[in-house]
Amino acid sequence: MKPTKVTNSIRALRFAHGEMKQADLASAIGVTRQTLIAIEQGKYSPSLEVAFKIARVFAVPLEDVFQYPEEDL
Amino acid sequence: MAFEEKRAWALGVIAIIGYALYAVLVLSQVDGRPLAEVPYIGAMLWTMGLGIVAGIVSGIWFGIAARHDGLQSDERDREIGRFGDVVGQSFVAIGGVCALVLAMVEAPHFWIANVLYLCFVLSAVLGSAAKVSAYRQGMP
Repeated sequence: MKPTKVTNSIRALRFAHGEMKQADLASAIGVTRQTLIAIEQGKYSPSLEVAFKIARVFAVPLEDVFQYPEEDL
Repeated sequence: MAFEEKRAWALGVIAIIGYALYAVLVLSQVDGRPLAEVPYIGAMLWTMGLGIVAGIVSGIWFGIAARHDGLQSDERDREIGRFGDVVGQSFVAIGGVCALVLAMVEAPHFWIANVLYLCFVLSAVLGSAAKVSAYRQGMP
Protein backbone atom coordinates (compact mmCIF):
# COMPACT_ATOMS: atom_id res chain seq x y z
CA MET A 1 0.00 0.00 0.00
CA LYS A 2 1.32 3.45 -0.93
CA PRO A 3 -0.44 6.14 1.11
CA THR A 4 0.97 8.95 -1.06
CA LYS A 5 0.74 9.79 -4.77
CA VAL A 6 4.17 11.37 -4.61
CA THR A 7 6.74 9.31 -6.48
CA ASN A 8 10.48 9.75 -6.35
CA SER A 9 13.69 8.99 -8.18
CA ILE A 10 15.94 8.63 -5.16
CA ARG A 11 17.00 5.08 -5.97
CA ALA A 12 18.01 6.05 -9.52
CA LEU A 13 19.78 9.16 -8.26
CA ARG A 14 21.72 7.13 -5.69
CA PHE A 15 22.95 4.76 -8.36
CA ALA A 16 23.81 7.66 -10.65
CA HIS A 17 25.90 9.14 -7.84
CA GLY A 18 28.44 6.36 -7.44
CA GLU A 19 25.95 3.82 -6.05
CA MET A 20 25.57 5.82 -2.89
CA LYS A 21 24.49 3.63 0.03
CA GLN A 22 21.15 4.25 1.74
CA ALA A 23 22.96 4.62 5.06
CA ASP A 24 25.22 7.34 3.66
CA LEU A 25 22.33 9.33 2.17
CA ALA A 26 20.27 8.90 5.35
CA SER A 27 23.18 10.18 7.42
CA ALA A 28 23.69 13.14 5.08
CA ILE A 29 20.08 14.30 5.37
CA GLY A 30 19.62 13.50 9.06
CA VAL A 31 17.10 10.64 8.99
CA THR A 32 17.33 6.96 9.90
CA ARG A 33 18.01 4.36 7.19
CA GLN A 34 14.53 2.94 7.79
CA THR A 35 12.98 6.33 7.03
CA LEU A 36 15.00 6.66 3.83
CA ILE A 37 13.80 3.19 2.78
CA ALA A 38 10.18 4.24 3.50
CA ILE A 39 10.67 7.41 1.42
CA GLU A 40 12.18 5.44 -1.48
CA GLN A 41 9.28 2.96 -1.39
CA GLY A 42 6.71 5.76 -1.38
CA LYS A 43 5.42 4.78 2.07
CA TYR A 44 6.35 8.11 3.62
CA SER A 45 6.32 11.67 2.30
CA PRO A 46 9.17 13.56 3.95
CA SER A 47 8.99 17.13 5.21
CA LEU A 48 9.90 19.88 2.75
CA GLU A 49 13.14 20.38 4.66
CA VAL A 50 14.22 16.76 4.19
CA ALA A 51 13.07 16.84 0.55
CA PHE A 52 15.27 19.89 -0.11
CA LYS A 53 18.19 18.23 1.67
CA ILE A 54 17.90 15.18 -0.60
CA ALA A 55 17.83 17.39 -3.70
CA ARG A 56 20.83 19.33 -2.35
CA VAL A 57 22.85 16.12 -1.85
CA PHE A 58 22.31 15.17 -5.50
CA ALA A 59 22.68 18.81 -6.67
CA VAL A 60 19.43 18.65 -8.67
CA PRO A 61 16.13 20.59 -8.54
CA LEU A 62 13.46 19.26 -6.18
CA GLU A 63 11.25 18.07 -9.05
CA ASP A 64 14.04 15.82 -10.29
CA VAL A 65 13.76 13.98 -6.99
CA PHE A 66 10.01 14.05 -6.28
CA GLN A 67 7.15 13.94 -8.78
CA TYR A 68 3.38 14.39 -8.43
CA PRO A 69 0.88 13.28 -11.11
CA GLU A 70 -0.34 16.23 -13.21
CA GLU A 71 -4.02 15.13 -13.26
CA ASP A 72 -4.25 15.23 -9.44
CA LEU A 73 -3.65 18.93 -9.05
CA MET B 1 13.36 -2.57 12.00
CA ALA B 2 13.38 0.99 13.36
CA PHE B 3 14.29 1.50 17.03
CA GLU B 4 10.90 3.06 17.77
CA GLU B 5 9.09 0.22 15.94
CA LYS B 6 10.83 -2.28 18.23
CA ARG B 7 9.72 -0.24 21.24
CA ALA B 8 6.13 -0.17 19.94
CA TRP B 9 6.17 -3.97 19.57
CA ALA B 10 7.64 -4.37 23.06
CA LEU B 11 5.12 -2.07 24.76
CA GLY B 12 2.18 -3.77 23.05
CA VAL B 13 3.38 -7.26 24.00
CA ILE B 14 4.17 -6.19 27.58
CA ALA B 15 0.66 -4.71 27.96
CA ILE B 16 -0.96 -7.95 26.72
CA ILE B 17 1.19 -10.20 28.93
CA GLY B 18 0.66 -7.93 31.95
CA TYR B 19 -3.11 -7.96 31.57
CA ALA B 20 -3.21 -11.71 30.93
CA LEU B 21 -1.19 -12.24 34.13
CA TYR B 22 -3.57 -9.96 36.03
CA ALA B 23 -6.62 -11.81 34.70
CA VAL B 24 -5.14 -15.18 35.72
CA LEU B 25 -4.25 -13.89 39.21
CA VAL B 26 -7.74 -12.48 39.81
CA LEU B 27 -9.72 -15.33 38.28
CA SER B 28 -7.70 -17.91 40.24
CA GLN B 29 -9.05 -16.34 43.47
CA VAL B 30 -12.75 -16.48 42.55
CA ASP B 31 -13.38 -19.71 44.47
CA GLY B 32 -17.16 -19.57 44.10
CA ARG B 33 -17.73 -15.99 45.29
CA PRO B 34 -19.02 -13.09 43.14
CA LEU B 35 -16.32 -11.58 40.93
CA ALA B 36 -16.78 -8.11 42.45
CA GLU B 37 -15.72 -9.49 45.86
CA VAL B 38 -12.44 -10.96 44.66
CA PRO B 39 -9.32 -9.12 45.93
CA TYR B 40 -7.79 -7.38 42.92
CA ILE B 41 -5.81 -4.35 44.12
CA GLY B 42 -2.53 -6.18 44.82
CA ALA B 43 -2.57 -8.00 41.47
CA MET B 44 -3.45 -4.78 39.62
CA LEU B 45 -0.70 -2.71 41.24
CA TRP B 46 1.93 -5.44 40.78
CA THR B 47 1.13 -6.06 37.10
CA MET B 48 1.00 -2.30 36.42
CA GLY B 49 4.33 -1.80 38.18
CA LEU B 50 5.99 -4.75 36.45
CA GLY B 51 4.66 -3.49 33.09
CA ILE B 52 6.19 -0.06 33.66
CA VAL B 53 9.54 -1.57 34.70
CA ALA B 54 9.51 -3.99 31.73
CA GLY B 55 8.79 -1.08 29.37
CA ILE B 56 11.75 0.90 30.75
CA VAL B 57 14.08 -2.11 30.68
CA SER B 58 13.11 -3.01 27.10
CA GLY B 59 13.73 0.59 26.02
CA ILE B 60 17.20 0.53 27.61
CA TRP B 61 17.88 -2.88 26.05
CA PHE B 62 16.95 -1.72 22.55
CA GLY B 63 18.95 1.46 23.08
CA ILE B 64 22.07 -0.52 24.01
CA ALA B 65 21.56 -2.94 21.09
CA ALA B 66 21.27 -0.02 18.64
CA ARG B 67 24.06 2.12 20.12
CA HIS B 68 26.22 1.77 16.99
CA ASP B 69 23.39 2.41 14.54
CA GLY B 70 23.72 6.19 14.66
CA LEU B 71 20.50 8.22 14.55
CA GLN B 72 17.69 6.32 16.31
CA SER B 73 14.67 8.51 15.63
CA ASP B 74 13.69 11.27 13.25
CA GLU B 75 10.67 13.21 11.94
CA ARG B 76 8.91 10.04 10.74
CA ASP B 77 9.25 8.40 14.15
CA ARG B 78 7.85 11.51 15.84
CA GLU B 79 4.93 11.64 13.37
CA ILE B 80 4.12 7.95 13.85
CA GLY B 81 4.50 8.34 17.62
CA ARG B 82 1.93 11.15 17.68
CA PHE B 83 -0.45 9.11 15.49
CA GLY B 84 -0.20 6.07 17.79
CA ASP B 85 -0.70 8.24 20.89
CA VAL B 86 -3.87 9.79 19.41
CA VAL B 87 -5.27 6.32 18.64
CA GLY B 88 -4.37 5.07 22.13
CA GLN B 89 -5.73 8.13 23.95
CA SER B 90 -9.21 7.56 22.53
CA PHE B 91 -9.44 4.46 24.73
CA VAL B 92 -8.35 6.39 27.82
CA ALA B 93 -11.28 8.74 27.17
CA ILE B 94 -13.67 5.79 26.66
CA GLY B 95 -12.41 4.27 29.93
CA GLY B 96 -12.97 7.56 31.74
CA VAL B 97 -16.56 7.83 30.47
CA CYS B 98 -17.30 4.19 31.36
CA ALA B 99 -15.87 4.69 34.88
CA LEU B 100 -17.97 7.85 35.27
CA VAL B 101 -21.16 6.01 34.32
CA LEU B 102 -20.31 3.12 36.66
CA ALA B 103 -19.68 5.56 39.52
CA MET B 104 -23.04 7.28 38.85
CA VAL B 105 -24.92 3.99 39.10
CA GLU B 106 -22.89 3.18 42.24
CA ALA B 107 -21.32 0.05 40.76
CA PRO B 108 -18.80 -1.83 42.96
CA HIS B 109 -15.27 -0.35 43.01
CA PHE B 110 -14.06 -3.60 41.42
CA TRP B 111 -15.81 -2.81 38.15
CA ILE B 112 -14.79 0.85 38.10
CA ALA B 113 -11.13 -0.03 38.66
CA ASN B 114 -11.24 -2.86 36.15
CA VAL B 115 -12.87 -0.92 33.35
CA LEU B 116 -10.19 1.76 33.80
CA TYR B 117 -7.39 -0.82 33.80
CA LEU B 118 -8.81 -2.58 30.74
CA CYS B 119 -9.01 0.71 28.84
CA PHE B 120 -5.41 1.60 29.82
CA VAL B 121 -4.32 -1.77 28.42
CA LEU B 122 -6.41 -1.34 25.24
CA SER B 123 -4.93 2.14 24.86
CA ALA B 124 -1.39 0.74 25.04
CA VAL B 125 -2.12 -2.23 22.77
CA LEU B 126 -4.03 -0.33 20.09
CA GLY B 127 -1.63 2.61 20.22
CA SER B 128 1.26 0.20 19.67
CA ALA B 129 -0.64 -1.64 16.91
CA ALA B 130 -1.34 1.68 15.15
CA LYS B 131 2.36 2.58 15.32
CA VAL B 132 3.47 -0.80 13.99
CA SER B 133 0.90 -0.57 11.19
CA ALA B 134 2.12 2.93 10.28
CA TYR B 135 5.72 1.66 10.18
CA ARG B 136 4.75 -1.33 8.00
CA GLN B 137 2.07 0.14 5.71
CA GLY B 138 2.77 3.86 5.88
CA MET B 139 0.79 6.62 7.56
CA PRO B 140 -2.98 6.53 6.75
